[in-house]
Amino acid sequence: MASKQELQVAQKRELEKKEETTIPARIFVPNADIYETKDGLNVVLEMPGVDKNSIDVRVEDDVLKVDGRLDFSKYQDLQPLYTEYNVGHFSRTFRLSSKIDQDKISAELQDGVLSLMLPLAEKAKPRTIRVN
Amino acid sequence: MIMGFADPYDALLNLQRSLQATLSSDWLQDLTPNRGPFPPINVFQQREDILAIIELPGVKKDELQIQAKENAIRIVGKKTIEYPEEASLHRRERISGEFDRTLSLPVQIEPDGIKAEYRDGILALFLPRAESDKPRTIKIS
Repeated sequence: MASKQELQVAQKRELEKKEETTIPARIFVPNADIYETKDGLNVVLEMPGVDKNSIDVRVEDDVLKVDGRLDFSKYQDLQPLYTEYNVGHFSRTFRLSSKIDQDKISAELQDGVLSLMLPLAEKAKPRTIRVN
Repeated sequence: MIMGFADPYDALLNLQRSLQATLSSDWLQDLTPNRGPFPPINVFQQREDILAIIELPGVKKDELQIQAKENAIRIVGKKTIEYPEEASLHRRERISGEFDRTLSLPVQIEPDGIKAEYRDGILALFLPRAESDKPRTIKIS
């Protein structure tokens, strides 16, 4: 057996919509990694083909919503010959806990991967109490 | 017997036909040894030329290598995911590892004219059809 880990194709998961959409395109759930460091939560989302200006990250009622719109105009005069994956917009929502400082969320996009940094609120950070 | 219903054998026959069509299709013949399933590839025709679009989110440009030979394109690379030390993982859906895939094309391509563009996790390979492979119109004198 080969020692190196070979990549497998992950099937795209289509978003189960709560509301009906009025656009004809399909919407997929981006794959996400969530990890916590001492400074806060990091959410990493894979959204290939979405450029910086087409990403919309918003927080409303403690819900973080990430939308990535794909530019379909690039596909306009292309005739499909052989296809293995579907293309569509991306959308995913996360419910935030009160531990997160919602005003200080930052985002960075690189190689189709969006990294969100959700810092912990000051009150949620561990602190040492001095004994007098 | 009620007429007008679809014959189940028709459905089976259609399935068999489409399976055979896939197998005997010229696309992605297994002529080449390395044929991993990753990354998924979409192939389009743009006028006379071919455009392959490949999704590779999180792969760095310098970890990606493309080789071309006659009518085969090889895409080799690795995807690394790094977490900072002392991070506790809550959810892990992204996968990392190495990949090596060869795409065989049913047409001859011009190896010198291949252009590769990588942006926002999407690799676009522009594969021009070789001049010798293009159909030509013959003028009637």
